[in-house]
Amino acid sequence: MARLNVNPTRMELGKLKNRLKTAVRGHKLLKDKSDETIRQFMIYIKENRRLREEIEGEVTSSLRSFLLASAVNSTEIIEEAVAMPSRTVRLQSSVKNIMSISVPTIAIEEGESTDLYPYSFASVSSELDASIANLSELLVKLVRLAEVEKTCNMLADEIEKNRRRVNALEYVMIPELQETIKYITMKLGENERANTIRLMKVKDMINREREQ
Amino acid sequence: MPNNRIAVIGDKDSVLAFKALGVDVFDAKTVFDAEARLKKLAREYSVIFITEDIAETIPEILARYKARPYPAVIPIPGAQGTTGFGLKGISKDVEKAIGSDILFNNK
Repeated sequence: MARLNVNPTRMELGKLKNRLKTAVRGHKLLKDKSDETIRQFMIYIKENRRLREEIEGEVTSSLRSFLLASAVNSTEIIEEAVAMPSRTVRLQSSVKNIMSISVPTIAIEEGESTDLYPYSFASVSSELDASIANLSELLVKLVRLAEVEKTCNMLADEIEKNRRRVNALEYVMIPELQETIKYITMKLGENERANTIRLMKVKDMINREREQ
Repeated sequence: MPNNRIAVIGDKDSVLAFKALGVDVFDAKTVFDAEARLKKLAREYSVIFITEDIAETIPEILARYKARPYPAVIPIPGAQGTTGFGLKGISKDVEKAIGSDILFNNK
């Protein structure tokens, strides 16, 4: 493992020890965060899958029934029938905080107009009414799916990022610091011993001179 | 900021039905079309549904919107039925977060 390029002094040793302490603490915190985020992610992803499986079939079948219904009338009539919707869908969207990740919360806001069908019943077939009614019920679920799926996307992204941070601390930063601290301690010990030996030598020399 | 509305991008047959619900629909015939449309809509709408067959052709653009809270770009099946793109997206998320698709690969 590479060691940091620092001078082997007591000052540096103290600094590095502090950094190591911070790194270890940070590593623990990030690891806890990652555990909790994954737990949350699991909850959401399961719901996401359930919703999606449920919705996929329903959307396809209602779109298909719409197609079939529109086959009864001519294209122009259908287009004219749906061209001017009697209501617009509004959403209530805000941002929620999960483990310091901002995820969206979306809900459908009911409009004033409750009239679902924008056309006169005389001009189009009744199958069209059914498929539109179906689809409008589905829309609530679709919006819920949008919210959950988006949350999953963002959580997955954050988990990945967080994992990189944890790994960088665990496998690079912390070993590097430990290695450097060890190096400095050894170097300082070595200096200490060298100093003692020198003193002993000098003392010897002085003693010898005195005896002569 | 998102304008609290829903947009649907897809082929004409699939999106026409949504129009009756008061959702803003846009059809896209080519890949280029879809790309430009999505980029434009992303600035305005908070939720954008896009049919799977179109979503499959522009994965890079979809990936760009994944990290932000808004807009939520969500693939939905069209009138032709599902292509499995949406479910694939879920397993991709799991793989990204956990490392391997431990939840769904047994099915």
